[in-house]
Amino acid sequence: MERGKTMKLSIPEEELVLQGHLACQGCGATLCMRYALKALGQNTILDIPACCWSVIDGPFPHTSVKVPLFHTAFETAACAASGIRAGLDALGRKETNVVAWAGDGGTFDIGIQALSGAAERNDNIIYICYDNEAYMNTGIQRSSATPYGAWTTTTPVKHFKKMPKKDLVRIMAAHRIPYTATACVGYPEDFIKKVKKAKEIQGTTFLHIMSPCPPGWKSLPEETIKLAKLAVTTCYFPIYEIENGEKYTINKVIKNPKPVKEFLERQGRFRHLTEELIEKIQKNVIDSYNGLLKKAGLDLEVHVKE
Amino acid sequence: MKQVIMGNHALSFGAMISRVQVIAAYPITPQTQVVELLSELCADKRLDAEFIKVESEHSAMAACCGASAVGARTFTATSAQGLALMHEMIHWAVGGRLPVVLGNINRAMGPPWTIWTDQNDSLSQRDTGCLQFYAQSNQEVLDTVVQAFKVSEQILLPSMVILDAFALSHTSEVVDVPDQKLVDEYLPPFNPRYILDPKEPHTFGGLTGPDGYYELRYKIEEAIQDSKRLINETGKEFGELFGREYGLVEKYKLDDAEIVLIASSTIASTARVAIDELQEEGKKVGLLRVRVFRPFPSEEIRELLVNRKKVAVIDRNISFGHGGIFAQEIKSALYNCKDKPPIWGYITGIGGRDVTVEHIKEIVNDTIKSEKPEQDILWKGVKL
Repeated sequence: MERGKTMKLSIPEEELVLQGHLACQGCGATLCMRYALKALGQNTILDIPACCWSVIDGPFPHTSVKVPLFHTAFETAACAASGIRAGLDALGRKETNVVAWAGDGGTFDIGIQALSGAAERNDNIIYICYDNEAYMNTGIQRSSATPYGAWTTTTPVKHFKKMPKKDLVRIMAAHRIPYTATACVGYPEDFIKKVKKAKEIQGTTFLHIMSPCPPGWKSLPEETIKLAKLAVTTCYFPIYEIENGEKYTINKVIKNPKPVKEFLERQGRFRHLTEELIEKIQKNVIDSYNGLLKKAGLDLEVHVKE
Repeated sequence: MKQVIMGNHALSFGAMISRVQVIAAYPITPQTQVVELLSELCADKRLDAEFIKVESEHSAMAACCGASAVGARTFTATSAQGLALMHEMIHWAVGGRLPVVLGNINRAMGPPWTIWTDQNDSLSQRDTGCLQFYAQSNQEVLDTVVQAFKVSEQILLPSMVILDAFALSHTSEVVDVPDQKLVDEYLPPFNPRYILDPKEPHTFGGLTGPDGYYELRYKIEEAIQDSKRLINETGKEFGELFGREYGLVEKYKLDDAEIVLIASSTIASTARVAIDELQEEGKKVGLLRVRVFRPFPSEEIRELLVNRKKVAVIDRNISFGHGGIFAQEIKSALYNCKDKPPIWGYITGIGGRDVTVEHIKEIVNDTIKSEKPEQDILWKGVKL
């Protein structure tokens, strides 16, 4: 680099997540928070139901975030956020961002009623779900976000999960909220761009973030980013956005998907899968991705090169 | 200004004159008129509040907790099943030290489906730490909402203002809706020390182990004990400003009574007529109305009951496997006293069965006639 020229950072420098938090090594959820707060900035209130982050933040009287944090009951991320928003509006503090921050259990399962309620009312909140695909905080039990084929402590290998992951993004889009998007810790620029976009929108915005969990996925902590990227490049977890429930945009189009096996084989939770089952998952991944391409109006059909 | 309004509207106007800033509520019979009127008051700007029409009572209380944590004055109302659904979040409001005021219409719990009154819904919230006020008139409903905010916001605990289904909720009475200026003088704006504020970030409700949790519970008990003094003081101050004084309990012709009848809610107002008639018959009986159930007015109960001959308690509720809940609490308050009277615990009016002057006179006469209570639970009017 020439002297006098500096690299332009695309990610805000300010750190609002502090050192000393209680996350496991390689925790995707912690990166999620770090990136999200960089995008949101200081004028933010976090509202967190029971999830890994109710522990990660640290025990009383410590905290790991430089913004106010309201811990709430498991099923109340969205409605407590609605209350915080209403309180701020009533007091004229309209500029403060209100963020409901929940895991997949608190979003896909126990919190879906309150989330649907807030979305239908189009309350002015940002809802961010960091999805590690099971109840990891309680010790790896299946949720409705757990994918087909996965092992968890409540779906043991002899009885692995037989139902597909709930398509929550479509459920949220069906509420016709202004903005629904997926993102992934493997692509921080895209994630931060989406949080910033959500921040500017009046109404309910919903972000679904793929967030690897080494203890729950039985993966190596140093492979979190690799896995997060593979989730996207295999089309296992496409990153896209939906505006007003209708306009689909795929933010990273994968023209030549990598085999999903590359994503699966790095995780102990899929170790029991036979070639036949992997084939089945591969077919579902590609079919569903091609369906998404169609929804986004792209004249493209992809397949995995052998 | 004097108006003829139903109990439910007394709750709504109580919230209005308290200048609530956030309302989150879900409809349930027999509470619906509370939210209907509040919707209208917000829509035509007579009340400058945010009204979140939530999708459940559980969410209602969660939203109230969130709003209260940023420093807004918050109100909700419900009944029976709705209150049961809120239960977890009532604990949250208490533990979070959030002074939400909640109106509850006493309705019996299902199944079978029913909409008529008894106290099992609110009494099932006994151990949460939420204050409980049982009103006997629509005027008292309105007045108590204002007082509940004043008390709750000083001790940072939620309050429940309770009224009987139909007997108050849907019955119209003359209610003096006080002048707003006077109410503003009585009830200052809510201004808590700690709020969710990015300029001074704090974490609320973070993981607390055995080292700290115990003391936090101790402080809740300390606060609710302190509320006894506050309830009496704010009730007295209310009397000075508005001409209607309130306290933890209310005495009616009690001074020379050998026999004390204890009741709450609208049964207490019916009981006054029964006491008048019984005294005319020469019977030495008086009435003690328990207005506040949490905190429980143990000191007043002891002071007023020791050395009396007999006590009869009417419970429109039942703790299955033990008996009437007010009777239990009164017995426990007296247990360590010398010269405590025997207590007859009557249960009646469950599920909205009518309780008349005649029924109450019968209860008192039975108490006079019997030497001692034959059973822990004395059922009145069961048709088998």
